[in-house]
Amino acid sequence: MSKYTEDDLEKELQTKEYEYGFYTELDSETFPVGLNEDVVRAISKKKNEPQWMTDWRLEAFKVWKTMNEPDWANVNYEKPDFQAIAYYSAPKKADPNKTLDDVDQDMLDMYKKLGISLDEQKRMNNIAMDIVVDSVSVATTFKDTLAKKGIIFMPISEAIQEHPELVRKYLGTIVPTTDNFYAALNSAVFSDGSFCYIPKGVRCPMELSTYFRINEGGTGQFERTLLVADKGSYVSYLEGCTAPSRDENQLHAAVVELIALDDAEIKYSTVQNWYPGDDKGIGGVYNFVTKRALCEKNAKVSWTQVETGSAVTWKYPSCILKGDNSVGEFYSIAVTNNYQQADTGTKMIHIGKNTKSTIISKGISAGKSQNSYRGLVQINARAENARNFSQCDSLLMGNACGAHTFPYIEVKNKSAQIEHEATTSKIGEDQIFYCNQRGIDTEKAIALIVNGFSKEVLNKLPMEFAVEAQKLLEISLEGSVG
Amino acid sequence: MLKIENLHAGIEDREILKGINLQINAGEVHAIMGPNGAGKSTLASVVAGSEVYEVSKGTVELDGEDLLDLAPEERAHKGVFLSFQYPVEIPGVSVTNFIKTAINENRKAQGLEDMPAKEMLKKIRAMSELLEIDRKFLSRSLNEGFSGGEKKRNEIFQMAMLEPKIAILDETDSGLDIDALRIVANGVNKLKSENNAVLVITHYQRLLDYIKPDFVHVLYNGKIVKSGDASLALELEEKGYDWIKEEVSS
Repeated sequence: MSKYTEDDLEKELQTKEYEYGFYTELDSETFPVGLNEDVVRAISKKKNEPQWMTDWRLEAFKVWKTMNEPDWANVNYEKPDFQAIAYYSAPKKADPNKTLDDVDQDMLDMYKKLGISLDEQKRMNNIAMDIVVDSVSVATTFKDTLAKKGIIFMPISEAIQEHPELVRKYLGTIVPTTDNFYAALNSAVFSDGSFCYIPKGVRCPMELSTYFRINEGGTGQFERTLLVADKGSYVSYLEGCTAPSRDENQLHAAVVELIALDDAEIKYSTVQNWYPGDDKGIGGVYNFVTKRALCEKNAKVSWTQVETGSAVTWKYPSCILKGDNSVGEFYSIAVTNNYQQADTGTKMIHIGKNTKSTIISKGISAGKSQNSYRGLVQINARAENARNFSQCDSLLMGNACGAHTFPYIEVKNKSAQIEHEATTSKIGEDQIFYCNQRGIDTEKAIALIVNGFSKEVLNKLPMEFAVEAQKLLEISLEGSVG
Repeated sequence: MLKIENLHAGIEDREILKGINLQINAGEVHAIMGPNGAGKSTLASVVAGSEVYEVSKGTVELDGEDLLDLAPEERAHKGVFLSFQYPVEIPGVSVTNFIKTAINENRKAQGLEDMPAKEMLKKIRAMSELLEIDRKFLSRSLNEGFSGGEKKRNEIFQMAMLEPKIAILDETDSGLDIDALRIVANGVNKLKSENNAVLVITHYQRLLDYIKPDFVHVLYNGKIVKSGDASLALELEEKGYDWIKEEVSS
């Protein structure tokens, strides 16, 4: 029988593995597990940080100790043992002061496997990239080209040394150390991440990108991104993430702060593909991330995210629309398969007059996964003529998954205009048969249907990454219909 | 070309097709008529490979090759096309993107490279002109918000693009006004050749004024109970189906 049934498909796909699940043997320096004040001090010392930074961390640690892990999200998981994690791990040969030619061969091989060729990046793509492996930044490209425009793009650990005035001015202003449990933890122990500053009136000539990789086992990744777009400037920024396949759950607790000053525009795109765990729900990354942007007058921030990885995702990229006429946008595709759980969405806080926000959320659930959209639209009292449009669409595959929508709307000004639309649909067997009849096999049919469903969001990604994201969607959902 | 022998099929315990025999040769147009519930659409779905129905007996061959063992997409690759009675919507996938994907998947199955964009564009232009399809229509999401007539026209457009060996038109006339009917029929006639065949499934004779059948079969209660030439269709139009039912039961 040449007949290829859905069962065959499913069987075949069960053997397909997470493409980035390899581990690279790198000589690493890893702190012993556990967390206390000394560890926080040690991280700070390792980074040769000024006293104000050490104090800032210690303050955050003090607050963290008094906080409880949030449990309001629609996710179930065994709470991480924070004393069983190593809070600092660095490939020994990484030295950010060296040029790319000096980078360790093992590490270059790893980049290659990840599809990041730094050489190629240098020549072909107009993308400046920072790469963070485990706890430290290992390579930043295009630094000089950017410097000519006055753009600062470097690991945040370097920025603390070289531009302490800028870091000190903005760090923790959007996501305070006391904001939430994971943000406090991140503030205490973050070891690297990216820092970016676009000067007044400058249009960043290329995509800026950070690639995050967890490599070592038993570690957590706590990176910190701080991006400041000065008045009238523009930048488009992309981050990508992968991790090896492991039986243990690894913790990723990042903080991203964006500051768009008057008339500035920031586009921030994420392709998150942390290891999602296996088909039985073993292993996978806990992705507990705080992302927030501040928009001053006439400023605009767009968050675009494609979330396909992680065992548990807890993430709400938000916009504080403080300035008059400022604009916040959130475009999201969240895919969950097998036993993945995602609770993700956004907060749009309207403070200024004539502020506008748009939320487009596309949730795709398959297998036994749970996918929740959670969003807050808040119109404050003096936010005259604020407008919001929200659209939350869910696509379900099979009968064992769940899609949930938790929209919160708080309006304190009568002039506000708020629209909320929500749909839930299922990939129908009739849709698949229709495609089959036209010569399109089931796997391709699903990809086609999912891409159609996600199109509004995929279109928001920078061209180069839209193609990648499409492929990622297909891979994440393989074998999910049955 | 298409040869169906003693075909029995149904859903679970209910047998809908009870021994269909039908031979369609290249260059021919056949029409299957019959009252509601006779099994007309079931026959179309079974030939196309729908998994809703289970085949319990019989064979379906295309150019001597057994189709029943093949998945629906493999049957499509061999040249089976079904114009659906109720085409489904696929939001966010444009007509152009869909047909491009379908053509290239068929080419891939034949070991060919993707169709060059220029060639694709030329073909899309020619076929949309033939079927009087507005260019704007091609960028709309497949069948989403289409009128009944637009859906059917889109089905025939896909047929024109895919150039099947055997095209089964399942109630393509339903939901069409007289102008659309003429356009669709005109398209089918233009695409007809010595190398392909058409099976028209319809409840009414109307469409057959435009697509002239070589043979007309009456399907009743899961069996072909009468076959004849085009005049049979006219007779059915005039007398209805009751006399057939009486003839069968006597």
